[in-house]
Amino acid sequence: MDVVEIARWQFGITTVYHFLMVPLTIGLGAMVAVMHTAWVRSGQEKFLRMTKFWGKLYLINFILGVATGLVQEFQFGMAWSEYSRFVGDVFGAPLALEGLLAFFLESTFLGIWIFGWGRLRKGVHLAALWCAVIGSWVSAYFIIVANSWMQHPVGVELGEDGRPVMTDVWAVLTNNTALAAFTHAVFGALVVGGMFLLGIAWYHLWRRRHDGIDTVDERGHVIVGQAQDIPGRDRTDHGVWIWSLRFGAIVAMVGFLGTVVTGDIQGKLMYEQQPMKMAAAEAACHSGSSFSVLSLGNPGSTDCRDVTTLIEVPGVLGFLATGEWGVDMPGIRDLEPEYVDRYGETIPDDALYGDRAGAQIEYVPVMWVTYWGFRLMIGLGGIVAAAGAVALWLTRRGTVPGSRGLMRLALAGILAPFAANIAGWIFTEMGRQPFVVAPNPAVTGADSVYMYTQAAVSPGVTAGELLFSLISLGSVYGVLLVVEVYLLVRYTRGGVASAMPELIGQDDDDVDDPDGEHDDVLSFAY
Amino acid sequence: MEPLAIIWFVAIALLWTGYLLLEGFDLGVGMHMIFSTRSERDRRVMLNTIGPVWDGNEVWLITAVAALFAAFSPWYAALLSALYVPLTLALLGLILRAVGIEYRGKVGTRVWATFWTYMIGLGSAAVAFFIGALLALTSIGLPIDGNGDRVGGPFAWLSWPALVGGLAVVGFALAHSATFLALKADGPVRRRASGFAVRWAPLCLLPLLVWIAMVQFEHGAGPAGWTVALLAVVSGGVGWAQARAGREGLAFTGYAGTGLFGLAAIFLAMFPVLLPSTIDSAFDITVQSAAHSTYTLGVLTVITVVALPVILCYQAWSYWVFRHRVTPGMIPEPHVILPAILRAEDAGRQV
Repeated sequence: MDVVEIARWQFGITTVYHFLMVPLTIGLGAMVAVMHTAWVRSGQEKFLRMTKFWGKLYLINFILGVATGLVQEFQFGMAWSEYSRFVGDVFGAPLALEGLLAFFLESTFLGIWIFGWGRLRKGVHLAALWCAVIGSWVSAYFIIVANSWMQHPVGVELGEDGRPVMTDVWAVLTNNTALAAFTHAVFGALVVGGMFLLGIAWYHLWRRRHDGIDTVDERGHVIVGQAQDIPGRDRTDHGVWIWSLRFGAIVAMVGFLGTVVTGDIQGKLMYEQQPMKMAAAEAACHSGSSFSVLSLGNPGSTDCRDVTTLIEVPGVLGFLATGEWGVDMPGIRDLEPEYVDRYGETIPDDALYGDRAGAQIEYVPVMWVTYWGFRLMIGLGGIVAAAGAVALWLTRRGTVPGSRGLMRLALAGILAPFAANIAGWIFTEMGRQPFVVAPNPAVTGADSVYMYTQAAVSPGVTAGELLFSLISLGSVYGVLLVVEVYLLVRYTRGGVASAMPELIGQDDDDVDDPDGEHDDVLSFAY
Repeated sequence: MEPLAIIWFVAIALLWTGYLLLEGFDLGVGMHMIFSTRSERDRRVMLNTIGPVWDGNEVWLITAVAALFAAFSPWYAALLSALYVPLTLALLGLILRAVGIEYRGKVGTRVWATFWTYMIGLGSAAVAFFIGALLALTSIGLPIDGNGDRVGGPFAWLSWPALVGGLAVVGFALAHSATFLALKADGPVRRRASGFAVRWAPLCLLPLLVWIAMVQFEHGAGPAGWTVALLAVVSGGVGWAQARAGREGLAFTGYAGTGLFGLAAIFLAMFPVLLPSTIDSAFDITVQSAAHSTYTLGVLTVITVVALPVILCYQAWSYWVFRHRVTPGMIPEPHVILPAILRAEDAGRQV
């Protein structure tokens, strides 16, 4: 493998891995903040328990997101120094703003929230969590602003040295691609958070039925019971899970509707800004307006002869792209010569690019990735929304059905929105190739700003170094994923009492002690 | 020279200084956890002195690196790509330390806690050492060519300055955190940390002083640089005297002053060079050659001027909220997790 290929794998793996934690942090964080607010406003015990339990899982996941996010900040410079030099004047700004306006807020206030139980007044303590949650949303906004500039470069003009110079930061911050992608990602994160609640709450309600704590009367209504000998498995416990489940189901459905609307806007922007990506999403070789539901052929191929479309829905593609039925979309065959005309056939003949100088440029992205990435994202998202509706219907009498199979399905369903999120990102990033900064041929102004991925890699870095980081980070990531899942499973099985030692009677500290001046046992400690 | 570019050089110097002073004690506490005690309770006392604030402190690093990218991308690109291997090790350290702090108490077994203690300690040491090496190399030089790319392979950075800088930050973190622990903890941890701050801290601060001197000679620093360097030495001396006298607050301030004046002396001496080339001084990356457009720097300046005071306020508030000493009596029992399952055979025993 050559340097560029290893560098791309290295970046892809570390970024996709980071993005396993991110949507759960964003989605679940907001939901925990809502629970905490409900507790402060209503004073009901079940909301306190929800906050503590889901908050614990939130933190277990949060830290791995932070730890792997650090890598992102460094690797633009480490492996992609030519890219960093090229885009520095515009791309660095949102990263710096993310640090200043988002990360400080998120990290400082999350620390205050975690250790603030019993030390701060209730309202102030709640505000700390909201600050942390807002911090993670703002951080998502800034990183997507940076990413969207690579998809749709705006607010710049070319400087004397051939590099873009920022002329309009407002244009960068309100880039239409960024606004669509940010809202899309946040809704996608809510789907992840919603399904996470749904699956785990389902498991606990099922467990309560299985253990004979909750029973069902002849009309199917739940009769809530309690187990005296197990901490936390009382009547309030039932309220915790049924509320979590229904809350999660609603959030997942709302999230999905949001992704549909914002995804549609994104599709239309993509058609305008990156027509090749749209065509590759469809494996559409020739112009037409049919949306293919299933295509078969040689997956690795970028040659149209290797792809056969089996099922098509006429007209839909044109609607997705432009909002009008039946409008013809340009296919790969028509677009390729246009790209070659505009951007040339080879990497510039510059010593900087080493062996890669003069290499042929392939303008068609890897079609099976874009084609299936697109379908997996939409399909799995739809399944989750349907699951939310079914869950609301099945739990209308106050508990879940006794079926073990359904319980397992609900738990497995947690994975679906993660996969949809990942598929969506892989599609949007791989679909941009061969560009790291994609030119927008149909949009005026920014067409001249683009950069080939091949030309972006660090000239001084060796394949060995990249392999070293790929292998070392990859194996540590692998182990940490096992550890995170182990902890999540362990705390999930423990139920609410796992996050509230006071229910077990281990810790008699008064959690709501308002003055916090006493030298007593900490209500939270590492 | 563009005044905004100078402002951003100063801003980046301040961000690195903020990182060194704040994370300095976090990293040091992590290292102390390995060797200063064998008691599990004492380790938890140590960890909880930094518990509420370490994550916020780490953001100073993220922002410092992002600011390099935002204001001087040729500096960011050259420095980070040249240090590919050491920065990978620093990142591994950052990851394992962060995860270790959060996960250490999540399972109440001895083996689990010991494993994460080592991850926190070794991770902290790796971060301190390699970030120190990075700062030393950017102040003293790397073999970079006209494009800013490293010449000489993956280990071309491995040099005396890298070693001195690495030891300087490790040593500073150990000394700084000893006075921090003496100030923030109580019981055996406080006693041992006070002892360390008297007995070993002067030795720990030595590499930092060597690094400061190296930079002054390398760049032919004027009287201003030497004056600030002298202040670093004086501050360390005052800190040591206060540590001997048992005045913990002043000892902490004194050692912190060594870090503060030390980095100030270093950045003062290297200005306006950001990264000297050891191949040819014509290849040096400087404030002039690397600065971004006036427009970009202006935007960054406006936002920073508004945001930074707010950040400093709420970070200071978080220190105020958690200003109390952590005593052994405050540490709760290890967390026991019972599965919330009635009919499972293992109910009642820990899983």
